[in-house]
Amino acid sequence: MATQDVTEDIRPAKASFLYDPRVRSLFVQAVVILLLVLGIWWIVDNTLLNLRRSNITTGFGFLRGRSGFDISDRLIEYSSDGTYGRALVVGILNTLLVAVTGIVVATIIGFLVGIGRLSNNWLIRKIATVYVEVFRNIPPLLVILFWYQGVLALLPNVRGSYVLPFNSFLNSRGFYLPRPVWGDGAWLVLAGLIVGVALSYFVARRAKARQAATGQQFPVFLTSLALIIGLPILGFILSGMPLTFDLPQKGAFNLTGGLNVKPEFLSLLLALSFYTAAFIAEIVRAGIQGVSRGQTEAASSLGLSSGQSLRMVVIPQAMRIVIPPLTSQYLNLTKNSSLAVAIGYPDLYAVGGTILNQTGQAIEVVVIFMVVYLSISLLTSLLMNWFNAKMALNER
Amino acid sequence: MKTVIKVLVGASLLAASAATASAATLADVKAKGFLQCGVNTGLAGFSAPNDKGEWTGLDADFCRAVAAAVFGDGTKVKFTGLSAKDRFTALQSGEIDILSRNTTWTVNRDTALGFNFAGVTYYDGQGFMINSKKLEGITSTMQLSGAAICVQAGTTTELNLADYFRSNNMEYNPVVFEKFEEANAAYDAGRCDAYTTDQSGLYGVRLQMASPNDHVVLPEIISKEPLGPAVRQGDDQWFDVVKWTYYALLNAEEAGITQANVEEMKNSANPDIKRMLGSEAETKIGTDLGLTNDWVVNVIKATGNYGEIFERNVGSGSPLKIARGVNALWTKGGLQYGMPIR
Ligand SMILES: N[C@@H](CCC(=O)N[C@@H](CS)C(=O)NCC(=O)O)C(=O)O
Repeated sequence: MATQDVTEDIRPAKASFLYDPRVRSLFVQAVVILLLVLGIWWIVDNTLLNLRRSNITTGFGFLRGRSGFDISDRLIEYSSDGTYGRALVVGILNTLLVAVTGIVVATIIGFLVGIGRLSNNWLIRKIATVYVEVFRNIPPLLVILFWYQGVLALLPNVRGSYVLPFNSFLNSRGFYLPRPVWGDGAWLVLAGLIVGVALSYFVARRAKARQAATGQQFPVFLTSLALIIGLPILGFILSGMPLTFDLPQKGAFNLTGGLNVKPEFLSLLLALSFYTAAFIAEIVRAGIQGVSRGQTEAASSLGLSSGQSLRMVVIPQAMRIVIPPLTSQYLNLTKNSSLAVAIGYPDLYAVGGTILNQTGQAIEVVVIFMVVYLSISLLTSLLMNWFNAKMALNER
Repeated sequence: MKTVIKVLVGASLLAASAATASAATLADVKAKGFLQCGVNTGLAGFSAPNDKGEWTGLDADFCRAVAAAVFGDGTKVKFTGLSAKDRFTALQSGEIDILSRNTTWTVNRDTALGFNFAGVTYYDGQGFMINSKKLEGITSTMQLSGAAICVQAGTTTELNLADYFRSNNMEYNPVVFEKFEEANAAYDAGRCDAYTTDQSGLYGVRLQMASPNDHVVLPEIISKEPLGPAVRQGDDQWFDVVKWTYYALLNAEEAGITQANVEEMKNSANPDIKRMLGSEAETKIGTDLGLTNDWVVNVIKATGNYGEIFERNVGSGSPLKIARGVNALWTKGGLQYGMPIR
């Protein structure tokens, strides 16, 4: 009986449910949601009203209309007879192209500079420091204009092109390279590459398992290299070397044919990578410094060489510190790529802006901007989180 | 980044502006006390800030004329410099009351974008300019196959260019810039073989090149570019004010009313002139427009007639020295024709 009394005493009085923190918090949340929904409804309603007042059509039907403008850099077939939708895809692909290549280049430069910051060599250390301080403190737009107007615009005109090896040229219209043209049977080369990669993966796994079980090592790196390079070459020879090159040639105004990497793309790529690399370098430095000295000492007392200890002890642990902030740098780079508009590289923002201007569908185009940039960012985050999780497991 | 923000602001203005923007612009403008006029960021002869920071040019003066019609004072204008790409969002969203920015009158802009064009203040056409030092022997646009061509985004120019090369089966390489200065700088640096825009614009651009005399404008005109002021659809009263300001400028020129003689002309015996200047007995023309009856007097006092605006900004009184040509009055063999004020 006594125990029952006690329980009853602790139970809050029934009538005071208004003072129940759970009820209250539910109530507050409901009000906030209601206000949010009302707010959104008000904006949407007002927008539609305003659009109707100004006789502007709404909806995404305009994407099927003929665009009427040309785009010089394109990864897919497109002409002024194409639709607005297709033009947008051209813009999205251009954004992705510069973002992905930018991320790769920025990562490479960033890691080199970041490691350079910790080098024992005074000169390398200073150069890396100056690099970081300079590029980290200049707005990215200036870096873009620096490359576009300060460097690439000073290259000679077409007649005075720098002639580079392998029939390549460099002038103020960009880089001209021979364009590989694959003939029949070229799929064998691709097949060789795929098989090579698959086999290397397999070999690496087996080697690891064997090392874990028996302690024996296997030259995984060299074997993979041989597989990945050798098999495509084998395929190439077997299929009768189906490769010719389309060489750049002098045309009436420009070099024609070949592969033309335009100065707009080049300056954007260089600027985004150099700018972002400065931040990545700092992240890498912090990551390496974040691994305590004891780890390196322990590794060397186990008899690992300094290369081995860097590769197997320091870097895996540093990566855990590095990856999360690295992700935000990748996101920044992607978003900064919209500065392309300043130098006429037809990325999503530039193409979308033209479409907005021609169709007057401001809201729709801005929604498309948001959805695409958001998707790219979420995708990047997702990939990096997955990578992070993988690295985290490698710990222990 | 600035443009990103501009677009976003424009879009959100569209989204959030209370319904005031559309209905009664004249009343809004009067209540505000000034006219918000969208102009070019800097196109010599049409609208560009001078060394004192005042906007000058044909398009800027047209806004002054409208302000004079509304307020009796041509200085009650605030100017907003707009790029080709931002201009339409600015007008749609109500950020500006009138767009007077070398804008071509097209059916798409008149309908889908929701505007009304009040007239053609300058008949233009698209042309090409090349550097004759670098490209000797090029005398016609038909020789431009394979050329890299600098052009500004969001213009009719960009579209005409695509059509022209396509219909003539020629190749080209468009290098498209959002900003005027960027396009000009790239062309001057040799990034493109040719530059294309409205022919009036080409002469302005030429003056900004490092050595203007090296550049020639090719003879072909590949399009019709009737440039004129635009307002939002759905506000007939405001549309009328802008339209009749334009006609008043033309009719004043035709009747010989100038900035210098307008006061005198008020006493003219000519019934047309008396009616126009509001000195006819019991006149209602001005008040019917929602203005005062001496609105034309105010307009002409502020800016002079169309001919005076033209000569001062783009004609013989300017560095551009463009001849009246098709922009002469209809009585002189041109296309400018003011509807009768009666
Ligand atoms: N009339 C054409 C072209 C107008 C246009 O924007 N022209 C360019 C080249 S002359 C310009 O004025 N640029 C100046 C600027 O954007 O500041 C149109 O309405 O689309």
